Amino acid sequence: MSDMQSQDYVRRSASTMTPPSARNVEDQVAKLIDVSRCIGCKACQAACMEWNNLRPEIGHFEGSYENPNDLGPSVWTLMKFNEYENEQGNLEWLIRKDGCMHCEDPGCLKACPAPGAIVQYANGIVDFISDKCIGCGYCVKGCPFNIPRISKTDHKSYKCTLCSDRVTVGLEPACVKACPTGAIMFGAKTDMQHQAAERIVDLKARGFAHAGLYDPPEVQGTHVMYVLHHADKPSLYSGLPDKPHISTLVQAWKGLYKPLAVAAVALAAIGAFFHWITIGPNETTEEDEAEARREMRETEEEQAP
Amino acid sequence: MALTRREFIKLTGMGLAASSLGVMGFGASGVAQAAAVRPFKLTHATETRNTCTYCSVACGILIYSMGDKAKNARSNIIHIEGDPDHPVNRGTLCPKGSALLDIVHAPTRLKAPRYREPGGTEFREVTWDFALDRIARLMKDDRDKHFIATNAAGTTVNRWTSTGMLAASASSSETAYLTWKVARSLGMVVFDNQARV
Repeated sequence: MSDMQSQDYVRRSASTMTPPSARNVEDQVAKLIDVSRCIGCKACQAACMEWNNLRPEIGHFEGSYENPNDLGPSVWTLMKFNEYENEQGNLEWLIRKDGCMHCEDPGCLKACPAPGAIVQYANGIVDFISDKCIGCGYCVKGCPFNIPRISKTDHKSYKCTLCSDRVTVGLEPACVKACPTGAIMFGAKTDMQHQAAERIVDLKARGFAHAGLYDPPEVQGTHVMYVLHHADKPSLYSGLPDKPHISTLVQAWKGLYKPLAVAAVALAAIGAFFHWITIGPNETTEEDEAEARREMRETEEEQAP
Repeated sequence: MALTRREFIKLTGMGLAASSLGVMGFGASGVAQAAAVRPFKLTHATETRNTCTYCSVACGILIYSMGDKAKNARSNIIHIEGDPDHPVNRGTLCPKGSALLDIVHAPTRLKAPRYREPGGTEFREVTWDFALDRIARLMKDDRDKHFIATNAAGTTVNRWTSTGMLAASASSSETAYLTWKVARSLGMVVFDNQARV
């Protein structure tokens, strides 16, 4: 049996029940990806596939260093490459490890209609519980970073688990362990923020005036953070959103309309109840019946010439 | 399906008992486990230290194999990751090293020496005894023929220049020391290792 129980959950999809989160002394964890130290070797990608026993189908070369071309149900992390010509006319090769950001306010979890299919543990990891997934794809719509992918074989949604099975037993995620340049680090979120702050000072001293930490407040921060040399323009890094936001449709539907709909249903029920109390059921008397029979007879006579 | 009345009553009774057990909470353990995180797959795996097969960096690796080495169990490698105690890589691995598991299980992996005789067209699998005997024989013949004991001035040089050795680079200091001693004691001067590849 695993260590993760409902007591470890802080959020649970499509549930009115608030998880007890009794184990609230647990440290919030975070993965820090220092883009400026990444050499794009894809060791993280290989280690992820190895640990999670994922072997996507071998694809085709499409003229890019990206391989495969997109995240998928069996591709939970992917190196994305962008060639950027900076103001000085120099080429910068911006390489970013893409994958689930493990938002503190997860859009996927908000959008999910299947109770308990998406959960957030007390340590911050957002996990898909495939057993309860109904494959509706709402998480794909809800994700501000376009991460989850639906499997064509079992019609369930998959994404990076932040190696919750390793973290639960006190290990770092597989990608973090493999990274030969130490560009991926793992630890308590506060430690990672300190680590990033030191690196940013260093980068600024080396001429990257806009170096900074990507921990977007729009989703209340993420448990996968980036150190970017161009933190003022995250979209340079293969479409990392400048201001990630959960789709307004999902927010309106789950935030505004949901209580409204509940209120409407409740109002209808209350209205019906009071109607029944004050006016009562529709009763007919013998005279009504006689009148109805007379009308029926009349119409029959009219129709028959 | 023909059912007697007695069998029918038995069957329905069993079904009722099973479903009531389920309602009472028995049998839900499987569901609870499936709902939780994936169980850690290395809990009882055997951990073996080794060196990565690939390049001259010689990263330390941990090989995890299924089974506890019990007599009746056959071990199989299920996972490989970096060795944090190894001074070279301290737990990290490159993409090739990270994917070592698939090399181990590759159907095309070379597991025995193969030999193609002079003039032959096909490789055939041979025993290690055959391969080592043949290598020793050829080395001895060549050394006897080309060994240079003294140079033109009459100084003892003990050189053997017609055969070279390319040693592995993924070696411990002790292995490297022994390899060096073997090669040099034969008088071998053409001596290199894979670190240059």
